[in-house]
Amino acid sequence: MDQHTHNYLLRLADNNLILGQRMAQWCGHGPVLEEDIAMTNIALDLIGQATLVYEHLAEAEAGGRTADDIAFLRDAHQFYNVQLVELPNGDFARTTLRMFFFSTFQSLLLDELRTSTDAFVSGFAAKAAKETAYHLRHSADWVIRMGDGTPESRHRMESALSALWAYTGEMLTPDALDVQMQAAAIGPDLTILAPAWTQKVKSVLEEATLRFPADTHMYSGGKNGRHTEHLGYILAEMQFLPRAYPGLKW
Amino acid sequence: MSNEKKNWPLWEIFIRSKQGLHHKHVGSLHAPDAAMAIENARDVYTRRMEGVSIWVVPAAQITASSPDDKDLLFDPANDKIYRHPTFYNIPEEIGHM
Repeated sequence: MDQHTHNYLLRLADNNLILGQRMAQWCGHGPVLEEDIAMTNIALDLIGQATLVYEHLAEAEAGGRTADDIAFLRDAHQFYNVQLVELPNGDFARTTLRMFFFSTFQSLLLDELRTSTDAFVSGFAAKAAKETAYHLRHSADWVIRMGDGTPESRHRMESALSALWAYTGEMLTPDALDVQMQAAAIGPDLTILAPAWTQKVKSVLEEATLRFPADTHMYSGGKNGRHTEHLGYILAEMQFLPRAYPGLKW
Repeated sequence: MSNEKKNWPLWEIFIRSKQGLHHKHVGSLHAPDAAMAIENARDVYTRRMEGVSIWVVPAAQITASSPDDKDLLFDPANDKIYRHPTFYNIPEEIGHM
């Protein structure tokens, strides 16, 4: 596997792992039992998907690194997830809106990746699509209910919207690696994906009676290892055990 | 704020585990509306035992018999053995009925 494909797959897996870790932080803290279970299930789905990719990478490397090594023994600048997924959970509205933004993107991406010339990528896309379809439906349903709910739930969804919007552009804006992967027919053309994302988000926000945000400056950098200050704290917690006790098994 | 507003309604969940079988009551959960009740049922009840269909019913819509009426409702059956189909021989091939 060449370095470009390797890094591209890391983006895919790191998005899932970091968002999975964020969702797992809700375990035992959900607003109601049912949503606590839902968020934990989603966390497990995401981490499971990431594991598939890390295992594939470890196998391709054949250098003795395991999937766990790849997940737990890299530092922040070696993670290629978008910044959106590493942002703090905030309240339930913010976590839900972030899941909606991400899974809208992810379901469109997986749809395109099904026709990837890379057999692993197309297989992965087919497998992950079902879970992602549920993540999208569940989060979209909540955005609609909270936006079109009580003054309190609406206010929370509006604050989530203004806090997260500037982090949505990174997913949808192709950089050099995206273009390279598109040329190799491994990844999709993000410029085609972007309008589809906007359309879906528009229709859900409309149903939620929320205002579609105006154009604004978009943050980026995560895809190339430049992260917000939050990722380091996630890794500190997530990686503590294998770093403090190298080789520990259970 | 009244308790009614603070708590979501309770839903009874029925799952058909296989085609041809009846929907079976599996438990209950809280959800703001029917659509969310189905999504929550997926998370709470079908993650390990995949089913083919989910029904959700507002628990408030269920009319239950009173435990005090137990005798009135169920006892009369016991002393009328002709009501039970125990006198028929079921051929081996039919299996469990």
